[in-house]
Amino acid sequence: MNFSVVVNQFWPLLINGLAVGLIYVLISLGYTMVYGVLRLINFANSEIFMVGTFATVIVTRDIFKYTSAHEALHGFKLVATLLLILIASMLFSGVTAVLVELVAYRRLRSKGTNRLASLISAIGTSIMISEGVRILTKSAPVPTPRLLTKFNLISIGGVDIRIDTFLVIVSAALIFFMVDRFVTKTLLGKAIRAVSMSEETSKLMGVNLNRVISATFLIGGLVTGAAAFLYMQVYETTVFNVGFNLGLAAFTAAVLGGIGNIRGAFYGGLTLGLFEQYASAIIGGQWKAVTVFSVLVLVLLFKPNGLFGEAIQQSRV
Amino acid sequence: MRLEVKDLRVQYGKIEAIKGISFTVEQGEIVTLIGANGAGKTTTLKTISGLRAVASGSITYNGEDISKVPAHERVNLGISQAPEGRGIFPGMTVLENLEIGKYSRKDRKNEMAEDLEKVYHLFPRLKERINQAGGTLSGGEQQMLAIGRALMARPNVLLLDEPSMGLAPMMIQNIFNIITSINKELGTTILLVEQNAQQALQRAHRAYVLETGKIVKEAKASDLLNDPAVRAAYLGTGAEKGHH
Repeated sequence: MNFSVVVNQFWPLLINGLAVGLIYVLISLGYTMVYGVLRLINFANSEIFMVGTFATVIVTRDIFKYTSAHEALHGFKLVATLLLILIASMLFSGVTAVLVELVAYRRLRSKGTNRLASLISAIGTSIMISEGVRILTKSAPVPTPRLLTKFNLISIGGVDIRIDTFLVIVSAALIFFMVDRFVTKTLLGKAIRAVSMSEETSKLMGVNLNRVISATFLIGGLVTGAAAFLYMQVYETTVFNVGFNLGLAAFTAAVLGGIGNIRGAFYGGLTLGLFEQYASAIIGGQWKAVTVFSVLVLVLLFKPNGLFGEAIQQSRV
Repeated sequence: MRLEVKDLRVQYGKIEAIKGISFTVEQGEIVTLIGANGAGKTTTLKTISGLRAVASGSITYNGEDISKVPAHERVNLGISQAPEGRGIFPGMTVLENLEIGKYSRKDRKNEMAEDLEKVYHLFPRLKERINQAGGTLSGGEQQMLAIGRALMARPNVLLLDEPSMGLAPMMIQNIFNIITSINKELGTTILLVEQNAQQALQRAHRAYVLETGKIVKEAKASDLLNDPAVRAAYLGTGAEKGHH
């Protein structure tokens, strides 16, 4: 136990906690939005994230032909390249999510099967994707070429904020804000919220349920893909089961904020990211996974509707 | 507009809820289905709007059999429903509830302002509450919102499921006055399902009496209002005269 670290390292831990937390926020949207419309956990979301990380590698390495020895990019070229890789990763994850819905959920739903059946089929699809990637990569970690020279961007009160951390915090917050606006302001967003409140009444409004469910998976997948891209800019290596721990943390964040609640996911992700940073600084990094699971178990035991419950129901999906 | 239900049967698993009923709704009419709890009134409406599957028989709308058309496409045809229990989206504001009522309309952008005005004219109370969450409205206000939302789709026929349920007598009068004016002023055809037979029969042109999934009586509404058997079964006592 080392409590003095919280005082000494308060600001660096805060910055890291925000960055990690915001990645959790984006992945947890994939869980929370799907839960909103289907009342089912999308267990394949961790694999949708994994696909996004590999998409980042493949596009950077094989399409843009960058290698680690490559000269650093600057200015407009750097921004444009990063943006293109971001969009590609989002699309890969988004399309994967839509396919998962078609394979694991839609057929069973149209037959009116027990809801638990789709839960099992989602887990099955998830195992299939991750095992497939395991065989293709021979279980080896795969690095992505570094595009972003890591330098300290700004220094506030003796705390250095590195460019990649800065990129994560700003882009993730921006993407979250866009999703929130989309869901509250657009017609499709309103239809997604309507379905989450009542399937039957939504149909009476003329809402095509299958289309809205597909759109929800697509948006959840796009956002999870963006998280995968940002993750890769910081950690630079992926592996077939990279989604497992991150997926569980993001799921915990979603439960913490009240699953089905978009703004809840935001607070849940940030809370978990910060808690994890400070807790592992105090009790040691090897306990990180334990802290995440403890949070999940405690929330489910004492506040199963999440810390923010129905208080922010307006944003409920 | 013409709606015709013919030999309709609807099942829940092995239980037959609707046992071969036939009725028609003609352009400009208010037609009511009255009956006790569990008679099959709500099931009938849900089957017309496509939320329940037809076991056998047909639902014909303007001469076309629509019994296989998915629910979300029937709104486009001009069939709109204010469901039982009102079905307000609780986390959405009054305005958002009304906006989503226009979901099925292709030309929604151009129609929106005009139709919102039309709904506010019928229900001034809703205009005062546009930014309030639907779930925080009183029962009467929610019923107004449910009817207003159904009107946003510019229906030819409006299906109303127990609009008086759980409301105070004053509010019931108010709601039924508005239903009458929707029919008279907007020319919207109405199929009304009610347990409050007194009000329903006073407002409707024709009526059908539903008992355990079968139609046992059909007549002009005013005739049923004076029918001793109907009075005894659905209007409290047979001797007492209903208030007006």
